[in-house]
This record gives sequence, structure tokens and C-alpha cells, in this order.
Amino acid sequence: MTTQRTRFAAPQRFLHWFMAACIISMLLIGVGMISTIAPKYLTLLAIHKPLGVTILGLALIRLALRIYYGAPALPADLPIPMKLAAELSQYVFYALMIGMPLIGWGMLSAASHPVILFGSVHLPPILPLNANLYSLLRRTHYFLGFAFFALILMHVAALLFHKLVRKDGIFEAMAPSFISHQTDELIQRNQ
Amino acid sequence: MADSGSRPNAFPLKPIMVIGATISIAAIAFVYTAGWITPHRLTPTKLVAALLPSKGPALGHRRNHAKGICFSGAFDANGAGSELSKAKVFERGQYPVVGRFNIAGPDPQVPDAMVPVRGLGIRIMDPDGQEWRSAMIDAPVFAAPTPRAFFEFLTASASKDPNAFKQYSSTHPEIFTFISWVKGHSRTESWTEDRFNSLDSFVFIDKAGAKSVVRWSFLPYTKPVAVSPEELVKREPDFLEEDIIERVVAAPQSWNLVITVANPGDPTSDPTRAWPADRRMVNVGTLTVRQIELEVDGPCRDINFDPSVLPAGMTTSDDPFPAARSAAYRVSHNARMEESSSYPHTQKEGK
Repeated sequence: MTTQRTRFAAPQRFLHWFMAACIISMLLIGVGMISTIAPKYLTLLAIHKPLGVTILGLALIRLALRIYYGAPALPADLPIPMKLAAELSQYVFYALMIGMPLIGWGMLSAASHPVILFGSVHLPPILPLNANLYSLLRRTHYFLGFAFFALILMHVAALLFHKLVRKDGIFEAMAPSFISHQTDELIQRNQ
Repeated sequence: MADSGSRPNAFPLKPIMVIGATISIAAIAFVYTAGWITPHRLTPTKLVAALLPSKGPALGHRRNHAKGICFSGAFDANGAGSELSKAKVFERGQYPVVGRFNIAGPDPQVPDAMVPVRGLGIRIMDPDGQEWRSAMIDAPVFAAPTPRAFFEFLTASASKDPNAFKQYSSTHPEIFTFISWVKGHSRTESWTEDRFNSLDSFVFIDKAGAKSVVRWSFLPYTKPVAVSPEELVKREPDFLEEDIIERVVAAPQSWNLVITVANPGDPTSDPTRAWPADRRMVNVGTLTVRQIELEVDGPCRDINFDPSVLPAGMTTSDDPFPAARSAAYRVSHNARMEESSSYPHTQKEGK
């Protein structure tokens, strides 16, 4: 779905950047916590679970906003492969944002391990205790974590490419207002 | 703007370098966090590897305390624990328990007489779905003061260098307290006569938010009878399992759960150091073991008795071991879950 707007709606832009911070923290916490036996392991683990649930909730809100507001049209002169990559990556991002927390929750459920959010607040198990299911979900969670980070790196590379090389307004479509306004002024001044 | 703006077909060297540098820095930050470029970091995988025998692990089994048997039963709280912790499991009442009696070491086939250290894992469940998990042993103190020292102790013990252990013990004399206990403590013929200790300290938080640093022990109802190691060697290789099956079939077996409260200044971070004997002790209830099941089809088999799984009202303390054990148990649990086909159930589930 596309609209005539050149930029994403303000709530969409806010969620994008806020979730970017959450997700990058989440992925670093994930790889960091499993690499250590230091006491910070438990601290990181205690952040990982509620943050994952937060991301799941925000991703669902964001999906609703995406359906409601749509997205600005891609530049007409964008080459077909880049257009395809841009479209496809959005589906993959949504799948990961919603899938990763659910896989993590399911994985702990399949190991009969509690998912404590804070204090006495915890999530109920969503799967029965099962060694094979646990192993499958754990491997999936692990590899998708790396895939997610790789996708973010590609996403950042693409955004910088659009901003610095193509200068086609794709970055500005999602940029926070103060950056977009600066860019607008810069363009106007140069014209 | 001038450069690329005036010559649109020129190769955008500068932007490409900015992109490359950004991505590289991000990737390095990620890899650093993951521990791939910091070989000094003590990872849980390294710690678990240090526990393994040279012939490798027993597939599908726990990496340490590999030999054990499951039980189910209940914890009857007498209500006294509520003055220390707001945890539901201390409110007067009965809470279901799944647990595991075990002996130390990586070999699930080892004869029971050969292993001087015995353990107890428990999972106490409250009706709200919160859990208290604990894995204890019968030693009064632990072998090493920190997880890194424990890793060095394991590495030195496994080393072919005859000086390795001497070197370790010269900087860690507390190891001799543990070794003398291992060699000299009076052994019993039954888990039901053994006392199991948390060794690590934890923090209890009461309803008003007041904190106490505690350790806990399960004290057997059954009076211990010393049996010499020479006598134990003559028993069946699985005498502990045969004994517990027989005793629990005859009658439920019980332990008192006693919480010991530290005074200010007590060594709460170091499980090699016992607290003075006059510390306040609170008897908070009774663990009763009602049913024994072989591990292969039992309810404890796939459970990780992770000591960091605590209900609200309990947290970890400045003792670094629960975090290290949690991380190592996770690696052990992950490995044996992957290998579950090497240790198959003998009965269909649900029967």
C-alpha cells in the first residue's frame, strides 16, 4: 500500500527509531549474555526477556500503523532489483520483529523454563516440555539473531547509499523531523 | 556537495568508504560483544568443557552430576519463612516439588561408592506459576572461591603437568578444606541420610522490602549412619538408587529446610567460607519425597535445576556462582537436549 506522502507518518517514524534502538540493544544483549559466566549474565538475561516482549508488542502496533498509514512510494527511477530488495526486506523485518520474541518464548516454554518479566510477573508457557522442539527453536532463535543483525547492517548500508550516493529521499522518508527539515533547508539553499 | 554533485558519473569513493567504515565498526562491535575476538573471556562453554573427562561427554546426560534419579513430592511450608521472604512458597501450605538425587562427576555409569560428593536438585512450584529451583551438594563448603578459580582448579586437576595442582593450591589454600572433607567425611548408604547445602548465598526480601543474605540446607529426618568407604565399595554399583527406591516405596522420606541468615560482615560472596555456627537459623518447612522414578522416563530428566530461577522475594547476592552456574547449566542443558536421541525414553510419553 502506498500513499502520496513523501514521508512516513510521525508515529511510524517514532516507532522505527525507538524500535531500532531496542532491537540493536536486544541483539547485542543476546550474543553478549550467552558468552559470559559473569554476574552480568543474569542482569542481561533479566533485560532480554521483558525487552523481547516489548518489541513484540511494539511490532504489532507498528504493523497496524503500516496497514493504516501505508508507506510513501519508492522513487520511480529506482532500479527493479533495489525496489524488490526494499519491498522484500520490509516483510523480513516484520517477520523477525514478531517471530523472534515468539520463538524465544516458545523455546523457553519447551524447556519448561520460566519467562520472568519483572517481580512476580511472568508469561505462561505456550508449548509443552519437549527436548527436540526446544533444540529446534533454540537453534532457530540463535541463527535468526545473527541473520537479524546482518539484515540491519545491510539496511544501514542501503540507507547510507540512498542518502549519500543516490540522494533520492528514501532516507528522509523515515528520518526524524529535525534531520529531514535540515535536509530540506539544505536542498532549498543549494537550489 | 561539490565533488560528486558536479560529476555525477564519478565513482562515489568517499560515500562508499563512509558506508564501509560504518558497517565494519558495527560488525566489530557485535563480534566483540559475542566474545569471538576476546579469547580470554571465560565462556560457559569453556567452563563446561573443563568438567568433561578426556573420553568426552556421556551423550544425552548432564555434563556434571550425570548420574541421578528423579523424585516427586511436596514442600510443606510452616509459614516461618515469610518473616525473611515474601516468596509464596514460604506461606503456610503445600507446594508440589520435582527433584533429582544425584552424585557428582560426568559419568552416569560410575559405581556410587566411587563418588564422594552427592547432590540434590529441586524445583518447588507455587500456584501462581513462580518457581524456586536449587541444586545443592552434601559438602559444607565449595571447592573454589570464584568461578574463575574453579575453572583454574578443574584445569589444574586435569593437567598432565605434575606442578599444575601445586601451583593452583599455592594461591588457593582453601582447596585443602574441600579436599579434606572429600577424603574424610563420614559417608552414608542413603541419600535420605544426607544433608544438602546451597553453599551459595542468596538475598531474601520480605514484604516490607527488608533484605537478608541467606544460605539454606536440607537436613534429613533420617538419622545418618556412617558407613566406611571400604564397606560401600562392596555394595551394588547402584546401591544409592536401589536404596532410595526401597525406602520411598516403604514410606515417604523427609528433610527439613533450614535457612541460615548472615550477620553483617559475613563472607557472603565466597562459598568456600562457612559462616559461624551461631548464625540465626529458621526452619521453614519440610520436603517430602513421595515417589521415585528412573531418570530416563522421569520428570526431572529434561529440567535444568538452574539456581538463578527464583520467585519474587528472592534474588542472587554478591556470590558470583549462581550466575556462572546458570550459564554453565544452560550450556549443559542445551547440549543434552540436542543429544536426547542418545538417551531415549523407554516408555511413550503420557503413560
